Parts: sequence; structure tokens; C-alpha cells
Amino acid sequence: MTVNLARFFAMGGYAVYVWPCYALAALVIGLNIVAARRSLQRAQRAARRRLEAARGAMAP
Amino acid sequence: MSARASFASAAALLMARDLRLALRRAGDSLLPLGFFLVITTLFPLALDPELSQLRDIAPAALWVGALLSSLLALDLLFRDDGQDGALEQLALCGQPFAGLLLAKTVVHWLLTGLPLVLVAPLAAIALGAPYGAMPGILAAVLLGTVCLSLIGAVGAGLTLSLRRNGSLLALLVLPLAVPVLIFGARATALAIAGESLAAPLYLLAAIAVLAATLAPWALAAAVRIGLE
Amino acid sequence: MAWVWFHKFGSPPHFYRLATRLTPWAAWPALLLGLAGLIGGLVLAPADYQQGDGFRIIYVHAPAAWLSLMVYVVMACTAAVGLIWRMAVAHAVAASCAPIGASFTALALATGMLWGRPMWGTYWEWDPRLTSELLLLFLYLGYMGLRNAIDDVPRADRASAVLAIVGVVNVPIIHYSVIWWNSLHQAPSVMKFGQPTMPASMLIPLLLMLAAFTLLFAALLLIRARGEVLQRERNARWMLEALERLSTHDGPPTRDGPSAKGVLVGR
Repeated sequence: MTVNLARFFAMGGYAVYVWPCYALAALVIGLNIVAARRSLQRAQRAARRRLEAARGAMAP
Repeated sequence: MSARASFASAAALLMARDLRLALRRAGDSLLPLGFFLVITTLFPLALDPELSQLRDIAPAALWVGALLSSLLALDLLFRDDGQDGALEQLALCGQPFAGLLLAKTVVHWLLTGLPLVLVAPLAAIALGAPYGAMPGILAAVLLGTVCLSLIGAVGAGLTLSLRRNGSLLALLVLPLAVPVLIFGARATALAIAGESLAAPLYLLAAIAVLAATLAPWALAAAVRIGLE
Repeated sequence: MAWVWFHKFGSPPHFYRLATRLTPWAAWPALLLGLAGLIGGLVLAPADYQQGDGFRIIYVHAPAAWLSLMVYVVMACTAAVGLIWRMAVAHAVAASCAPIGASFTALALATGMLWGRPMWGTYWEWDPRLTSELLLLFLYLGYMGLRNAIDDVPRADRASAVLAIVGVVNVPIIHYSVIWWNSLHQAPSVMKFGQPTMPASMLIPLLLMLAAFTLLFAALLLIRARGEVLQRERNARWMLEALERLSTHDGPPTRDGPSAKGVLVGR
């Protein structure tokens, strides 16, 4: 079983090219997810602040 | 009070006015030309002045120079009219805005592109091109500068009234100008080699026609947005 | 009848709620299809005759390249809709596309270079596909730069919409001109991942990965677009309700929450 695993990771000699590609892909996907959620949260926070300010301005 | 002027006469008036204004400060319009000459001079300085080698890079030097100097020239297109409100008057005057902007672009090309067309074959000779290449180079640069003026005008319209940031304009316009660069340089190389440059020339012409048809509408939309 | 649907879709509160509900429907299948594609591509597919195991890069490179182009088209189309029908929601969607598309274009370039090194011997060849990808990246950066430079959001929306439309017309021209240019200069070996006959064991994981990436894009788009829509709405009442729900939840909420993948990632 370990022989197969070693062969899998070696990728027929191309490991130094294949695995960085997959790592980069994981990185780009992960960063996209994090960034998307952060931007949504930021927008939600800003919107809430605006709403509260508006409500405060209306209340006597 | 007066009858609505026809578009043709309005455009003619506009073009005459633009020409008159620009000729009063002819130096402004000739700056891009000077820039072009400097750039095409830089290439041989960066390499070997041995002429046979220069001939190989002549198309590249010519077209990179043309691209960069047309970028520089774009500053002239809307700068003055944008600042003093004349552009807004044009937008509101009731004539087809796209047509008027096209007229402005034509004048701009006459002032900044046409000199390039006349000088480029000479620059090519200086870079080692044979005399027989001149007509072909002339045709290619003619079509190329027309395309660059139109494409660049759209970029200039989009960045109207933004903080004067030349690199943004370059970033917007240069990728769109890549086909012009590719076909123009190829046409020049073929002309220098003495072969038929029909294929890239036709493609350049096709791009020019497409640009002339579509750019005015994009220009009008862009400038209207920029004037808000 | 279709117009009703269209304009309903353009209503910000409706879109916001729809996007919230749809996100898990895109995210979960993306994850599952991605896992299936990974297993199929890395483990089950046989090694290529010419490229050995190196060809497996295709399972991330091709989806990234597909995304880079598809996202630009989506961006241009939604921008056009926003421009023509003056729909803030459409502009919000277009704005959301740009960072996603740009990052996957960069990924396509990086994986393309890493694929090129063993196959061609150098990291960079002026291969038509890679060169076109590079120019596409510049188009994205220009779009994002223009948006960034205009402070007023509606004006930025409209200006970048014009740019996107001009760009999308240019993309086939640029692509064609680069291919034409390249074919003249005898590229030593074109990346032959578009082999006419790809065995099913290699093709199916590729299709799975393409589908997975597309659904991932949908999920990311929906998340970002919600934020963009919020930015463009001033103080509408519907936002009150939508945001109230946020503060009453602790931990990763499932209603207006992040994609299911986010939950998995552990935040």
C-alpha cells in the first residue's frame, strides 16, 4: 500500500509540477471564498451602520 | 429661432474649430511625433547599430513607438473641451453626439496620427528597411493609427475627469490595441521582406472598419458618463 | 410573462433573498463534484501516453481557463443589462465577477506555466493560449482599475460597463490575432490537451471539474453580489429585516450564511 502511495505522490516524476498546481488551485479557491465572505460581511456591517444612523436621525 | 442646422454643417463647423484651435498651439500636436521619433531612436541605441540586425526589430520598434505615442496624444483629445465645458455643450446641442465625437476624433487623427503616417516610413528606412517597403509601411501605419485613434478615444472618454493618471489609460487601451500591434507589425515585417502584405493589411482594415462603426457609440456613452 | 420574472429578479430585496437561498445549492454540489473530479483525475484516470502523470495538471488548468473566459462574458452581459435597463442588481453582479475572474485567470496562467516547464522545457512560451490568458488578465485589471478610480458607485458601474462591453467584443479579436501571430512563428509544441479522442476515464473527471468550478463561481458570485447589492441600496426597509436576522444568530448561520464550504473549512 505504501508503494502505491509513494508512486501516487511522485506523479511519475512530475510531482514538482503537479502538486504545486493543485496547491495553487486550493489557495486561489480558498482565498476567493474568504474574500467573498469578508466582502459580504463588510457590506452588511456598513449597511447596518447606515440604517442605524438613519434611524437615529429620524428619532427625536 | 434659426432652423435646425444639418449634422454635416455642424460637424464641419466643429472640425474647423478644432483644427483652428489646435493649430494655434501646433507644438502640442507635434509632441507625440517627437516622442515617436525618440522611441524609435532608442531601439537601435539599446542594440547594435549594425543595420542588418536593426531591420529585424524595425517592425517592433515602429509599432511600439506608434502605440505609445498615440497613447500620449490621447491627452489632447478631450482635455481642453472637457475642462471648459465645451463637451457638455456638444452633448446638449441636439446634434448626434456620437457623430460629433467621431468628428473630433477625425481631427485628432489628422493632427497626431497623420504626421506619424508620414514619418513612419522614414523611420523605417533609418532602421534599415529597404526603399521598396515604404508604400506598404505607409498603408499599414495609416490603418493602424486610425484604429488606435478610435480605440484610444474610447479609453480617453472613459477616463475623462479622472485624476490625471496615464497608467490607467494605458492599462485600458493597450490590451485592446494588441491586434493592431500584431497585424501592423506583421504587415511591416512582410513589407520589409518584400513579400505581399495583403493578409495583415486586410485584417487591419477590417479592424478599422469595425472600430469606426462601433467606437462612436461607445465613445458617446463613455463621455456622457464622464460628464455627469 | 417573462418580463415579470426579469424585473422581479432585478429587485434588490428579491435578489438578496434568492441569492441567500441559492448559495448552498451551488456550494455543496461544487464540493461534491470537485471531490469526484479530483479522485477521478488524480487516481482513477490512467497516465497519458506522451505526458505521463504530468497531464493531470489539466484538471485544474482547464477549469481555471474556462472560468476566466466565462466569467468575463458573464461580467460583460450583466454589465450590459445594467446599462440598458438601469438595473443596480445587474451592476452588482458584474462588479462581483471581476475579482473572481481575475484570480482564476492568474491561476490559469500559473498552472499553464507549471505545465509548460516539463512539456516545453521553459516556463513561458508565447503560446497562443497563454498569451491570450495574459491579455485577458490585463483586461480584468483594467476593468478593476477603472472601477477603483471612480469614486461615485453608479458612475463607476456605468463606465466599467462600457469598458466590459468594449472588452468582450475585443476578446475574440485578440484571441484570433494571437493565434494567427503564433502560427506564423512556429511554436515548437502546442499544448495538446485538446486531444480529439480523450478516453472517457480522462474526460469524465475533466467534465466533473469543469462543472465543479462553474458551480463554485456561482456560489462565490452570489455571496459577493449580495454585498454589492447592499452597497447600492441606501436605506431601504427590506435591509432592516435582512440584517436583523444577522445579529440574532451566533456562529455560522445557515439562512443568510456563507457557503456550505465555509462551514466545512471551519469558520
